[in-house]
Amino acid sequence: MARYENLLDACGDTPLVGLPRLSPSPEVRLWAKLEDRNPTGSVKDRPAIWMIRQAEKAGRIKPGDTILEPTSGNTGIALAMVAKLRGYRLVCVMPENVSAERTQLLRMYGAEIIFSPAAGGSNAAVAQARQIAAEHPDWVMLNQYANEANWRAHYETTGPELLRDLPTLTHFVAGLGTTGTLMGVGRYLRAKLDQVEIIAAEPRYGELVYGLRNIDEGYVPELYDASVLTRRFSVGTRDAVLRTRQLVEVEGIFAGFSTGAILHAALAVAHEAMKAGRSADVAFLVPDGGWKYLSTGAYGGTLADAENALEGQLWA
Amino acid sequence: MAIEVRIPTILRSYTGGEKAVQGAGDTLADLLTDLDAKFSGLRGRLITPEGGLHRFVNVYVNDEDVRFLGALDAKLNDGDTVTILPAVAGGALGLLAAAALLGRPLSDAGLASQRF
Repeated sequence: MARYENLLDACGDTPLVGLPRLSPSPEVRLWAKLEDRNPTGSVKDRPAIWMIRQAEKAGRIKPGDTILEPTSGNTGIALAMVAKLRGYRLVCVMPENVSAERTQLLRMYGAEIIFSPAAGGSNAAVAQARQIAAEHPDWVMLNQYANEANWRAHYETTGPELLRDLPTLTHFVAGLGTTGTLMGVGRYLRAKLDQVEIIAAEPRYGELVYGLRNIDEGYVPELYDASVLTRRFSVGTRDAVLRTRQLVEVEGIFAGFSTGAILHAALAVAHEAMKAGRSADVAFLVPDGGWKYLSTGAYGGTLADAENALEGQLWA
Repeated sequence: MAIEVRIPTILRSYTGGEKAVQGAGDTLADLLTDLDAKFSGLRGRLITPEGGLHRFVNVYVNDEDVRFLGALDAKLNDGDTVTILPAVAGGALGLLAAAALLGRPLSDAGLASQRF
């Protein structure tokens, strides 16, 4: 049944697609879960819907209220769509140098944007977000990094879909950001499949991104529980770009760069299984399509050019 | 036995500005002890007084997180690459959100890339 009463009901139940050309052998198969087939084109529609519904159930928000979220990424876009359909006002705080596409997408879905000065860098933006929150105690921040509904969305939907479509699943590979996908899917699959391996692919960015002044300024999301994972890989920009291009060239799937990082880890475990003579069904998540990243220029030219284009950027 | 160790920007004050240094050891613990002899104080920034890896430090052996390979007991081999990185959240403005909620400042460079 592919008929839905409204757009929110059309979230999830995404296709799981086999990759016969990238799979190492008929016994070791790769499967891509296409989360770009969600209403706003990313996996973040799942947690956005669950976080808002959960906040409604808990009485934290009611239609007409204002949600404040300092993000211009996929979560912001997903929240903007859900907020529009459920009758909330969404205010996004972001530095004024975010891309024009992101700003246009958010405005199109009806979000309001408060810019912080680019010259003040992140300190100004953080200060502004904190100030806005303090001035508006009735505004609600959902904070996807600490919000249980984020991983619950995947425990209740993404996980069961994977098991239903691939009962022989042996490995699940996804990206590690808020950690919501891996915590939710991982907990669900571990409860259902004895030997399942839950594998994290973490993007390793250019040096600028790690330019903290002090180790103590580091951050681990509140949702993260290392015991859910079996292994965790760090994937550099070059490998992520290479795999992203390979996926569209070999299997026809046009995805964003975080998918490339995830595929890199998925291929590593798939080839390990083949070398060890084990059969495996490796499912990995495609968080979004490549459309929003075309302006980086990283889909064409040499790998070195692409790496330079993405240097200092958070591409996943 | 030579192992290449990649040093993050914030710890390069210990390595005279070197991005990568050579070390030796059968385990990560051995390697860090070896490095500390050459780059005094480095080990203390990675390991807590209780003897575990610092919460906000991630160490990878050939791109795999050592916390899933035995942590400080992780076995090393000649030719391995060890990468040390501070823990940061994914997503530029997610990082911003986290910092705002925690009331913690971030460095300018930590968010250098919102234009993506």
